[in-house]
Amino acid sequence: MAKVLMKGNEALGEAAVRAGCRYFFGYPITPQNELPHYLARRLPEVGGVFLQAESEVAAINMVYGAAGAGARVMTSSSSPGISLKQEGLTYIAGAELPCVVVNMQRGGPGLGSIQPAQSDYFQAVKGGGHGDYRLIVLAPATIQEIVDLMGKAFDLADQYRNPVMILGDGILGQMMEAVEFPEQEQPAVLPAKPWASTGAKGRRPNLINSLYLNPEELEQHNERLQAKYAKIIANETMAESYLTDGAEIVLVGYGSSARIAKAAVDQARAQGIKAGLFRPITLFPFPKKEIQAACRQARQVLTVEMSMGQLVEDVRYNLEFKVPVHFYGRAGGMVPTTRAVLEQIKRLAEGGDLA
Amino acid sequence: MKKVEFDEERCKGCELCTAACPKHIVVMADHLNSMGFHPATVTDQVACISCGFCARMCPDVVITVRKEDKKHG
Amino acid sequence: MITVFARPETLTTAKTHYCPGCTHGIIHRLVAEVIDELGIREETIGVCPVGCSVLAYHYFNLDMQEAAHGRAPAVATGIKRVLPDKTVFTYQGDGDLASIGAAEIVHAAARGEKITTIFVNNAIYGMTGGQMAPTTLLGQETMTSPHGRDAVTQGYPVRMAEMLATLDGAAFIARVSVHNPQEVAKAKKAIKTAFEVQLSGKGFSLVEVLSTCPTNWGLTPLEAIKWLQDNMIPYYPLGVKKERQEVKD
Repeated sequence: MAKVLMKGNEALGEAAVRAGCRYFFGYPITPQNELPHYLARRLPEVGGVFLQAESEVAAINMVYGAAGAGARVMTSSSSPGISLKQEGLTYIAGAELPCVVVNMQRGGPGLGSIQPAQSDYFQAVKGGGHGDYRLIVLAPATIQEIVDLMGKAFDLADQYRNPVMILGDGILGQMMEAVEFPEQEQPAVLPAKPWASTGAKGRRPNLINSLYLNPEELEQHNERLQAKYAKIIANETMAESYLTDGAEIVLVGYGSSARIAKAAVDQARAQGIKAGLFRPITLFPFPKKEIQAACRQARQVLTVEMSMGQLVEDVRYNLEFKVPVHFYGRAGGMVPTTRAVLEQIKRLAEGGDLA
Repeated sequence: MKKVEFDEERCKGCELCTAACPKHIVVMADHLNSMGFHPATVTDQVACISCGFCARMCPDVVITVRKEDKKHG
Repeated sequence: MITVFARPETLTTAKTHYCPGCTHGIIHRLVAEVIDELGIREETIGVCPVGCSVLAYHYFNLDMQEAAHGRAPAVATGIKRVLPDKTVFTYQGDGDLASIGAAEIVHAAARGEKITTIFVNNAIYGMTGGQMAPTTLLGQETMTSPHGRDAVTQGYPVRMAEMLATLDGAAFIARVSVHNPQEVAKAKKAIKTAFEVQLSGKGFSLVEVLSTCPTNWGLTPLEAIKWLQDNMIPYYPLGVKKERQEVKD
């Protein structure tokens, strides 16, 4: 299939359609509006349903109902709207329903800004909603990667009966790149969902529910969920290790920060510094084995994020505090420059502290 | 078979049926069921007109109501 | 002998957790009877609220989904958009529908979602122990209006049926009561009409059912029935508030 130049938000929509998504419920919020705009036109073309809900809260609950009825369904928002969806997400996780949720992050906290940020990492991977649950979190760094990961996102959601979050940012949503889509307009086969609430014809009624008033039952339910997460951790990590063999300084970043860090790594290498980049693609499950392998010879690790320091905590934790991990971040929509990141690398290489 | 039959173990003693009965024949029994309520009951089956009002008001599906099948008498 | 009255198939045999005299039991049964009579048990999905009827899924012999507090109309929208040929209903109390879920019910009605809502109005929050509801009457004492609801600080009760009837997407809106066998029969008729409106594709349907809460009103079930008649009906008049005839495309 030929490559086409597309805006990230729109490519997300087309990729979802090709992954078999036929239902979208969402609410306008900058900087992701091109996604609902695109799906408002595209979904009816493939016999799907687009509905603008009255709020992000209503949208995530429509997702719950649709997912419970057996559909491949998606919602999207940006940081403040994702905060509104937290209630719905814990219900979806507790009821073990599949769905895909897209967060094109913007500056926070509160109303923040409409500029890009990466300050929802904690919210995405540590919970956000109440209770012992996890989202599977995917962090694409290019628009092509969004397209390539979308099928996997829906497959993981269905396989594990869990919500999957695609954690992007305003840059990814707004930029345009050449992308290639899979040929198919939808998957050939979709998994069967005998548990769905489709009308109890010729069978016992199905129940979609997260309420377990009996403590023994709720504990057992939680243990089942944890066993599921253990399987996800064991089998679903994804990461990119770039020039990390023998690297003495390893940069860590995801999404747009990783692209900037990669450029800085290339410039550092050109100046004789043995730098490398570790880029987690799954943020949950965190690619622990992979980061430890990538940092085996590292003397310093530098985490680059558009936040005041969230991913960096997991980097320290997963490296088991065996390597010094430094942090360089910008906030509020300020984007780290390649030059500034290179500056940090050079200081570490010279044995000094960061600026 | 009785015209009006009470599944006493389901009854919560709310007495709504006693007010609903137009013949005033539904009363609360002296004994208790296993939930600790006085269940509703009808002793005067003959007086029952099978109107079903008691069953309509019952929140707990305690009451089954039947009527004579006129065809077979 | 012919059986004149028995448990409908759409109701399970489970003994309910509801208080003695709670009219949830009557209303559940009416919904079940209507589903039986329309022959749609195997094609119906119900959505339970948060409130006393949070466990309604134990009592209906149907596919059910448990919704977050107030969100049932949104959940039902999701289900109905995926399964437009199935019958979808929500069953909600006054906190669920008129307080936290006010936006969701208004917009489901405004969109004309082809779902049916059964709204149980007992002027109080039952499950959580008797707090004030948006439907609590002026002067009514509750756990969070201990001196009686005061209009100055706590505002006025909300008449949901009248409010929703102003929306073009609403095809059938009615308010009924269950305080005696005659009203129970009328309530059943309204509930049946509401489901028929959904089946005919006319749009959104809602039946508001005036109900008692003996436990939190501090009354016996029979006293509560009287309190409903004396106090609730004057403020919440019974009747059909909206009935659209034609199918809107």
